[in-house]
Amino acid sequence: MTAALLEIGDLHVSYGRVEAVCGVSLSLAPGQIVSVIGPNGAGKTTLLAATMGLLPSTGTLRFEGEDLRGLDVEARVERGLCLVPEKRELFGDLSVQDNLQLGAYAKRLNGSTMGRRLQSVYALFPRLAERRSQLARTLSGGEQQMLALGRALMSAPRLLMLDEPSLGLAPLIVCEILAIVRTLREDGVSILLVEQNARVALENSDHGYVLESGEVALSGASSILAGDARVQATYLGGGTDDD
Amino acid sequence: MNWDVALILTVGGLATGSVYLLAGLGLVLIFSVTRVVFVPFGDIAAFAALSLAAFETGTTPPTIGLVLTLASLAVVAELWQLMRRRELARMPRVLMVWGLLPALPCLAAWWVTGRNLPAIAGIVASILLVVPIAPLIARIALRPIADASVLVLLIASLALHFLLSGLGLLFFGPEGSRTHPLVAGATTLPGGFPVSMQVLLMIASAIVLSGLFYLLFERTLHGKALRATAINRVGARLVGIRPARTAALAYGGGSLLAGLIGVLIAPVTTIYYDSGFIIGLKAFVAAIIGGLASYPLTALGALAVGLVESFASFWSGALKDVFVFGTLIPVLLLRSLLASRIEEEEEEIDE
Repeated sequence: MTAALLEIGDLHVSYGRVEAVCGVSLSLAPGQIVSVIGPNGAGKTTLLAATMGLLPSTGTLRFEGEDLRGLDVEARVERGLCLVPEKRELFGDLSVQDNLQLGAYAKRLNGSTMGRRLQSVYALFPRLAERRSQLARTLSGGEQQMLALGRALMSAPRLLMLDEPSLGLAPLIVCEILAIVRTLREDGVSILLVEQNARVALENSDHGYVLESGEVALSGASSILAGDARVQATYLGGGTDDD
Repeated sequence: MNWDVALILTVGGLATGSVYLLAGLGLVLIFSVTRVVFVPFGDIAAFAALSLAAFETGTTPPTIGLVLTLASLAVVAELWQLMRRRELARMPRVLMVWGLLPALPCLAAWWVTGRNLPAIAGIVASILLVVPIAPLIARIALRPIADASVLVLLIASLALHFLLSGLGLLFFGPEGSRTHPLVAGATTLPGGFPVSMQVLLMIASAIVLSGLFYLLFERTLHGKALRATAINRVGARLVGIRPARTAALAYGGGSLLAGLIGVLIAPVTTIYYDSGFIIGLKAFVAAIIGGLASYPLTALGALAVGLVESFASFWSGALKDVFVFGTLIPVLLLRSLLASRIEEEEEEIDE
């Protein structure tokens, strides 16, 4: 087995006294797409937030063998972690292009490298190029998701963490966005995908984890998980019994 | 009132308006990035004016003592934090940033004192000398409570104002001072209307500095990072912008503006250790007109405040402040009406 890019071991995260993530272990190899599925409130978003350093946690967190504990969010961004949160967290009153340029803030690029990165993001999302001088908050939901993804790509991340990229979007746009996510792997970007839409998540990943009440209930290759009777019944809605 | 008087009042109003404009920009800059209504702003301006007065009489400005005291407090606060986090390896950096950096302008000021240098040396030294003050007091008193509510931050900031003006009394004494004009003489506008060069300088600095502000925020990545922090803190952290660092930058920028204001008004009015408060308060009126967010509206508001004050003082010198602060009532009414309309529209979009 190759050395893991991201290694999460026995991770615990709590909000006050309530434990949202209780002892999750997960690993992700370079170039892999790993999905985490599970019901609402299973701790999926919390898991990503803790990996990014937005929430304090206990347990092991290693990125390329380096211990992430003690590094703040900004230092993790500099190391190549990047989170596209559920709420997207765009800069609504700045233009699309400004949002993208700020995505590369941590990399301190010179003018020409910045220009090249912008062009490559615009090539992936021609819609953003059309709207480059528009304010981010005037974009539609799908365009905002594209902008959030584009902003993340500007930092040329090693590991991209996507939280519910399909949330509130039309199925066609979800397909478009996930097709782009799959092409990223060819550029050496590893992806940790958190989704409530289990079908979309398992179709687009190599490996999957099922999170329930803050614990890993099941894990395995995505194709095997998609064939698992329990997963089918609970998350894919095509099971034998109908509750 | 005839046209000549009106013209005199307008020019005077624009000159004071320029000062409020610069102060308003500083207040909006600090508030938008840190959510702190920075009440001690005017005190810093007064300290710059009093430092310049000290340079002119050839005495060492007491500001040096003040800055060094604040710097040592900030270093202690930083070291305490490092000890608790067991990160003592970062000690040299902390000493550099919070100890050595604020000491540099002190060193420059000490060197300038008593030498027969051109006036500009004292002016630059006074401005630079007050630049560390806002970042330092913010580091000591405001950073530990950075996530508190706006109201708590405002109360802390008010307390800092009283602390600073008390320190001002301690360091500078109760006497007021006025400095030599930065530029002497007067010029004549077309139409035979004389304007003093000092007034022109005030208006020109406001124009040039707002232009620089615009370029900084619209054209540079660091300026955009400041705005981004103001718009969305979490988003900013996710792209690697450190809010603590942008906050220090905003405080430094605000302090620099305060220093410029101090130097600009020192030749026009007699400045006491506590003269800054009222300047800050009037700039705050301007900033409220700009909703504590919009730079262009703040600039317009500042000019309006300057004009209202100038004309009001012609009719009744005793009531001029009443007029200025009275303008807040219609502004706030209008703002709250507009704000509730906007909220309703947003709700409709959400549905």
